[in-house]
Amino acid sequence: MKKILVMLIVVGLLVVTLGTSCKQKEEGTIKIGAIFAVTGGASFLGAPEARTAEMVVEEINAGGGIDGRMIELIIKDSAANPEKAISFVKQLIEEDQVLAIIGPSTSGETMQIKDIAESYKVPLVAAAAAEAIVDPVASYVFKTPQKDSYVAKWIFSTMQSMGIKRIGIVAANTGFGNAGKGQLEKYAPDFGIEIAIAETYDRAATDLTALLTKLKAKNVDAVVNWSIVPAQSIVPKNMKQLGMDVPLFQSHGFGNTKYIEAAGAAAEGIIFPAGRLLVAEKLPDGNPQKETLVAYKKAYESKYGEDVSTFGGHAYDAIMLVVEAIKNADTVDREGVRNALESISGFPGTGGIFTFSPTDHNGLGMDSLEMLTVRNGEFDFLQ
Amino acid sequence: MSAEQILQYIFAGITVGSIYAFVAIGYNIIYNATGIINFAQGEFVMLGGMIAYTFSQYMPLLPAIILAVIITSAIGGLIESVFIRRMKKNSVLGMIVVTIGISILLREASLYVWDEQIRALRFFTGSEISSVNIFGARISPQVLWVLGVTIVLVIVMFLFFKFTLTGQAMRACSENSRAAKLCGIRTDSMVNLSFMLSAGIGALGGCVVSPLTQTHYAMGTDLAIKGFIVAILGGLGNATAAVAAGILLGLIESFSISILPMAYKDVVSIVILLVILLVKPSGIFGSVQASSMKDY
Repeated sequence: MKKILVMLIVVGLLVVTLGTSCKQKEEGTIKIGAIFAVTGGASFLGAPEARTAEMVVEEINAGGGIDGRMIELIIKDSAANPEKAISFVKQLIEEDQVLAIIGPSTSGETMQIKDIAESYKVPLVAAAAAEAIVDPVASYVFKTPQKDSYVAKWIFSTMQSMGIKRIGIVAANTGFGNAGKGQLEKYAPDFGIEIAIAETYDRAATDLTALLTKLKAKNVDAVVNWSIVPAQSIVPKNMKQLGMDVPLFQSHGFGNTKYIEAAGAAAEGIIFPAGRLLVAEKLPDGNPQKETLVAYKKAYESKYGEDVSTFGGHAYDAIMLVVEAIKNADTVDREGVRNALESISGFPGTGGIFTFSPTDHNGLGMDSLEMLTVRNGEFDFLQ
Repeated sequence: MSAEQILQYIFAGITVGSIYAFVAIGYNIIYNATGIINFAQGEFVMLGGMIAYTFSQYMPLLPAIILAVIITSAIGGLIESVFIRRMKKNSVLGMIVVTIGISILLREASLYVWDEQIRALRFFTGSEISSVNIFGARISPQVLWVLGVTIVLVIVMFLFFKFTLTGQAMRACSENSRAAKLCGIRTDSMVNLSFMLSAGIGALGGCVVSPLTQTHYAMGTDLAIKGFIVAILGGLGNATAAVAAGILLGLIESFSISILPMAYKDVVSIVILLVILLVKPSGIFGSVQASSMKDY
C-alpha cells in the first residue's frame, strides 16, 4: 500500500512539473542551446565559456532582447565527455527545440556532434579549435577559435626568424593536442624545420621530466607544447628543472593568466600565438577590435572577479555571432539563421574580425593572431 | 644512453613514484584499521593542496600547510563518523562503494568552494626555475622535499604501528574487529583515527607535491587509481612496501618512456601489474600467509 502511495505521489509530481514546464514555454522567446565542459578535465575552458554566455545573454535581455524577443539560454554541462555531448545535442534539438547551439568546448566533442548538427540542420557555432571542425565545411557547423594551421604557421615563421631548425613536439593526448601535432607535422617542411621527435602525453600528466629528458637528448633548438591541459604550466617548470635553456613555444591554448601563475618564474619567455584579448589594453587605439575586447574584458572581470581568458572569448564570439545572425535573418528559423551566419562580414569579435563565406566557416585570417610572450608575469607582444 | 641520462630518468621515475607512494600510504592506513580501500584518498591529496594554497595567500607556507593538514584530517574524521560508521552492518565492499561516492562528493564540493582553475603552491626552497645538479643530472629542489618527507613519513608510520599502543590497537582492529573490541580497544575511535591520519597524510602529500604537479579539483581520481595500483603492487597493508612499489612503478614508467612513445606508459605499468598479480597475488613485498587471512 505504502509503495503504491509513493508511486502515486511520484506520478502526481511528474504531471505537475510537466504541466508547469509546458506553461512556461512562452511565445516569442528565442531558445539557444549551449554545450560547455563546465566541469571535468576541460573545465578551465568550459566554465569561463558558460559564464561568458550567461553574462552576454543577461546583458542582451536587460537591453530589451533581440527586437523585443528575449533569449533563453539552455546550458548543458558535458564535462568534456563526447558521449554526453551527443546526448545533450539531441536533447537540445529534439526536446528543447533550440534555434541554434553554441559550443562544445573541446574539439573531440565537436567532431562527434558535427554530423548530428548537420543532419538535423541546426546551426552549431563551436568554441573548439581543431581545424577539422570546419574542414571539410559542413553547411551548419561554424567555429570561433582561430584555425590550428594559422597557429602552426605563426609558430614556424617566428622560429625561422629566430634561426631555429630542429624542434621537439609534445602534445596532450586529446582531440586538440593530436590535431595540433598533425598541423605542426604537416607544415614543418614548408618552413624548413625538422621535427626531431614528436610525442603525446596523458591529459592528466603531472610530471613530464622523463619525456623532456628524451627531448633534451635529441638536442632540439626549441620545444613546442600543444595542449589545453594544465601540463602547459608543467612543461616550462620541468624544462627549467632539467636545465633546458631552449625556447618553449605553446599553442593558443596558453591564453589564461592562471597558467602563468602556476608556472611562476618558469613562464617567462614562453612564446605563443593568440588572439588579442589577452593584450586588449595594450592595443593601439585605432585597432578595430579594441572596443569589443576592452568592453568584454571589463564586463567579465568586474562581474566574476577573475581574469578573462581567450576561451571565454570564443564563447563570447559564438553567442554574439548567433545573435547577429538572428538580427539579420530573413526568417527566424534554423535555416534562416544559418544563411545569415554564413553572410556575416567584417564582424569584430574577440578572436578577430569574422567574415564567413560558403567555403570558410571560421571566418578569421592569419592576422587574427599575434605572437605573444610572457614578460614580467604578464602577457605581452613578442616584439 | 649516457650515464647522465640514465640518472636523469632515475630521478624522473623517483619523482613520479614518490607521488604515487604518498597516495598508497594513505590507502594502507585505512586498510590496516578497517579492511576498506578508501577511494577518496586522491581527494584528500587534492584538498590538502587547495586548502594550503588558499591559506598561503595570507600567511607563510609552514602554518598554511599545518592548517591544511589539520583541516583535511578533520574532514577525514567527519566523513568516517557521518558515513562509514553508519554503514557498519554493510559489507566491506559496500563501504568501498561509499568511499567512491564520497570522492565524487568531495570533488564536486571543491569545484563549488574553489573553481576549475589550477593552483600551485610556492616552492619550499628555490623557485620554479631552480634545479640542483647531481652528477650531471638535474633535479628540482622540491623533489628532494618530496623524497625527504616520504622517507620521514615511512619511518614514523613504521614506528607508530609497531611500537605505540595506539598503532598496535589500530592493527588489531583490522585483524579482527570483534576480538579487538573484547580486548577493550575502542574500535570506533580507532577507525576514526585511521581516517583522520590518512586524510592528514594525503593532505601533507598534496602540499609537498603541489608546486610540481599543481593542484586541480579533479586531480584526485587519477592519483587514486595510480596509488591503488601501487598499494596492490607492494602488498596491501604495508607502508614501506608501498613506497618501494611506488618508486619501482615510477622507474618502470620513466624508463619505458626512454624507449617507447610516452603514450604506452600506462600500458606498460598495467601489464606489469597484471603479471605481478598472476605470479604473486599478495604483491611484491606482501607475505602469502598474511594475504591469505585477508578478505581479498
